[in-house]
Amino acid sequence: MSEKKAKLAKQFIAAIPYSRALDIRIDDVFSGEAVLSLPYNPQFVGDVESGVLHGGVVTALLDTAMGTAVVSHPQSMGGTATIDLRIDYMRGATPGQRITARAECFRVTRSVAFVRATAHDEREDPVATAAGAFTVEGAKQ
Amino acid sequence: MKQPEPVQVIKQRRDAALAQLASGVPYISFLGVQFERRGDELTSILPYAEKLVGNPILPALHGGAVGAFLEIAAQIELAWSIYWPQFEAGATGPNAMPKTIDFTIDYLRTGLPRDAYARAVVNRSGRRFASVHVEAWQDNRRKLFAQATGHFLMPPNDDGR
Repeated sequence: MSEKKAKLAKQFIAAIPYSRALDIRIDDVFSGEAVLSLPYNPQFVGDVESGVLHGGVVTALLDTAMGTAVVSHPQSMGGTATIDLRIDYMRGATPGQRITARAECFRVTRSVAFVRATAHDEREDPVATAAGAFTVEGAKQ
Repeated sequence: MKQPEPVQVIKQRRDAALAQLASGVPYISFLGVQFERRGDELTSILPYAEKLVGNPILPALHGGAVGAFLEIAAQIELAWSIYWPQFEAGATGPNAMPKTIDFTIDYLRTGLPRDAYARAVVNRSGRRFASVHVEAWQDNRRKLFAQATGHFLMPPNDDGR
C-alpha cells in the first residue's frame, strides 16, 4: 500500500470518536490488512468479579480493525459500513493485558468485502475471532 | 390472610435488583446504557453521545458501539430472567453474569445520532446454554436499525453445577 493510503487509514481511525474513546491505536496497515490494539481499562470491564473486558469492547476493536482493512484495500475508494458481523468468544481476555486485533480482507467484490479477524491478548491462543461483510465504496468498475 | 406487599416495596426491590445487576458490568456505565422496567419487561436505552460516533461525516453510530449495546441488552435480559425468581424471593447478589459464546449482529440501517432502544427475547434457556435474540430501533419501533442473536454460557447454579 502507498504511504498516502496508510496515512489516510490512520486519519480514518483518528477521526472516529468511538475509537478515540476506547483508545484504539493502529499498529500496522497494509493493503487489505490491518493490525489495531487497545489498552486494558477498568472502565471497559464486563465482569467486576473477574476483571475481564466486556465482549462489546472486543467487538468494537475487531469491527474497527476490519473496517480499516477494507478502506486500506486497493479496490476501496472511500469509507465502509458493517453489513453483518459474527464474533466467537474463545475465552476471557486476561485482565491488565493489551488486546490486539488482526483483520484481513478475504475477498473483495465491487460492493462487498468479506473480512476475517482474530483478537489476542499477550497469550498465544486467541481471545476471539470474527467474520463479517462490509460495504465497498466507489470501487473501480 | 397474608397482606400483599405494598407496591412501592415491590418496585424498590425490583429496581434495586436491576441496578445491582447492571453495576456488575462497568462497561454499561461507560457506554451510558440505561434500563427501563415494566414488571419483568426490560427496555435498554443507549442515549446518544458524541463518543459513540463511528462516522463523523454522516454522522453515524459506530458499529462496535451498536454491537456492544445489543450484547449488553441481551446479556442483561438473560441475567434478569435467570435471577428473577431469586429477586422475587428477596435474595440479593452478587450474581454471576452469563458469558457470551458467540454474537451475530445484523446492521440493517445506519445508526442515527440519537437515542437507541433495544429489547431482547430469551428463545431458549437450558441448564448450560441460552440463545437470545435482540432487536434495536431508534425513532420507529417497526424500523429496526440492528438486530442480533447470541449464545451464552449460563452462570453456575448455587449447587455449583
